[in-house]
Amino acid sequence: MNGLGLHKKLEENAGLLIFGILFVSAIGGLVQILPSLFQESLSAPMATTRVYDAVELTGRDIYIREGCHVCHSQQVRPLVAEVERYGPYSRAGEFVYDRPFLWGSKRTGPDLHRIGGKYSNRWHEVHLLDPRSVVPESIMPAYPWLAERAATAAGDIQQKMRVLRRLGHPYTDADITGAPARLEGLRELDALVAYLQMLGTGLDPAVTDEHEGH
Amino acid sequence: MSVSNNGYYHDGLVLRLVQFSVLWAVVAMSVGVFIAAEFLWPTLDLGQFWLSFGRLRPLHTNGVIFGFGVSALMATAFYSVQRTSHVTLFLPKLAWFCCYAWQLTVLFGGISLLAGWTSSKEYAELEWPFDIAIAVIWVCFGIVFFGTIARRRIRPIYISNWFYGGLIIVIAMLHIVNNLALPVSIGKSYSLYAGAQDAIVQWWYGHNAVGFLLTGGFLGMLYYFLPKQAEQPIWSYRLSVVAFWAFTYSYIWAGPHHLHYNAIPEWVQSLGMVMSLVLLAPSWATMINGIMTVSKAWPKLKTDPALKFIVLSLAFYGLATFEGPMMAIRSVNVVSHFTDWTIGHVHSGALGWNALVTYGTFYFLVPRLVGAELHSTRLANLHFVLALAGTLLYILSMWAAGVSQGLLWLSVDKLGELSFTFRDIMTGMKPYYALRLVAGLMFLSGTVLMAYNLFMTTRGRQPLQCAPAPVPEPWRLPESGYRTVTAKQVNA
Repeated sequence: MNGLGLHKKLEENAGLLIFGILFVSAIGGLVQILPSLFQESLSAPMATTRVYDAVELTGRDIYIREGCHVCHSQQVRPLVAEVERYGPYSRAGEFVYDRPFLWGSKRTGPDLHRIGGKYSNRWHEVHLLDPRSVVPESIMPAYPWLAERAATAAGDIQQKMRVLRRLGHPYTDADITGAPARLEGLRELDALVAYLQMLGTGLDPAVTDEHEGH
Repeated sequence: MSVSNNGYYHDGLVLRLVQFSVLWAVVAMSVGVFIAAEFLWPTLDLGQFWLSFGRLRPLHTNGVIFGFGVSALMATAFYSVQRTSHVTLFLPKLAWFCCYAWQLTVLFGGISLLAGWTSSKEYAELEWPFDIAIAVIWVCFGIVFFGTIARRRIRPIYISNWFYGGLIIVIAMLHIVNNLALPVSIGKSYSLYAGAQDAIVQWWYGHNAVGFLLTGGFLGMLYYFLPKQAEQPIWSYRLSVVAFWAFTYSYIWAGPHHLHYNAIPEWVQSLGMVMSLVLLAPSWATMINGIMTVSKAWPKLKTDPALKFIVLSLAFYGLATFEGPMMAIRSVNVVSHFTDWTIGHVHSGALGWNALVTYGTFYFLVPRLVGAELHSTRLANLHFVLALAGTLLYILSMWAAGVSQGLLWLSVDKLGELSFTFRDIMTGMKPYYALRLVAGLMFLSGTVLMAYNLFMTTRGRQPLQCAPAPVPEPWRLPESGYRTVTAKQVNA
């Protein structure tokens, strides 16, 4: 049977057409995507990478809720200018506790992967509540409500940690039991700042080379 | 079940979906214009969390893709699958369920985005309850669509149905795999994948949502409505078939070009880049096929605004499917990635291709559905000018902004020091953002004109009752219930 004959069959049989589309479109995913799900180098944490604690995890989920990732990437590319501007480039092992990943696709504002430790907590607080008071040209929105809401109001932290533990994050029973107490008295603003200060600090200094030593 | 609706096509459903689609276009594009204004006046959110850019931007993209786009695709799929199969819809009640359930999902999904429920994954932001709703509705859509094909009265399955079929099958696969997550609460879940693996899965989804929904789905629309409007058969049916399989095979590989220089394996990036370049061939084969089909009907362009929209959409389709592979080349992507160039590229596809082909189709379809002339050809021609100018201005301003950002970010002096601060580069974008706002306003006002024009066309009218046309002999299939009839059975 030549190609056209085969095609005549496809053209006149809905079942074969459905199967054909599914088969042909699945090949790429099976060859290209599936292997990476089993690749150790993508799922093994760096020696220095740790899970988010209760406060940082709360801050991270606030970061997601407010859509910070819409304008800020978390991915320093291995390019001279990027390493110069932001710091050591991003490694896969740093992201293994990121569910979901927050690499982003747009830099309306600067990359944030190496923001941790660059500014004081106070700077971040002022900047989040009134960006233009510290950066006059900024077009970032202000987030005044973060100062008014308790960190405990941003979702059930114990349930979150239990779910993440099921997905393989190494939380201990003590971590989970003690989580609500960690959030006690904190505002959402404090949790978000704690997350920002922790960002990018899990990099193992042993893997960076001299060119990245800023 | 005998053929319901007294044997007439279910065109009331088609008209309803068109109306929803136009409504979402106006709403979602208005949101787009508002957030474009926020780039210039960042306090426009008035300190309200639900007007904040981070929440409105996903509302804009989801509203356009799932509200405007999918409603239009459902409308045209239901319209054309009946006519190309010479039967009425299979399970029409289920089709009506798809229509309303989908609108409710978009509505409440949109509200949930404003409330801050988001998975953060682009074009898959809606949280797990909506993901489940989408999956269920999508399966129902598939049952109606393929059920209608299965009981068709004509032997060949027309090419537009292949693209709609690809839309239904591949989007189902992508949607389910990418959204796998463990729920924490009603509005929060954690992805089954983490870090780099999550990124790879997400862009396999993200790129192919563009591929099989915004490209493939709308090609289904094109393959039915372009020959109808041009009153010409497709220039080369064989080319359309070859291009379909090449497209379906190669698109799926291209996702990793969204992750160039990111922390994923280099072989995945390289493969994604090569397959993105390969993709140019089937994309342009389809464009050439479309343009050759119209080429015998050029005089019609002078009198028919609907055909003008469709022909222009083909031009933008060609532009966007050329630009995409170019941006997938690593050395180009190093400049374009993370910049407004990406936003420009998306809009040359979404405005220039998706919206224009849909507008052309609606201008053709709606008067026929109710058996009337279009309310105003002059308004439609004005809409055409606004749409063309708006799209061009949008793309040009974002090209200028994106290329400058990309090059200036990377610029270092002789000593290897950065030439510009991020702040300086960002401040320089103001004029481009202002132009983009004007462009968006032009495009939106054109869309509002169309909404008015179509409203006046249908006001006080009911959809006509059309019955399936008889099928000429060599192509006819016997009535066969819902079985899929193969060529062999017919010959026997």
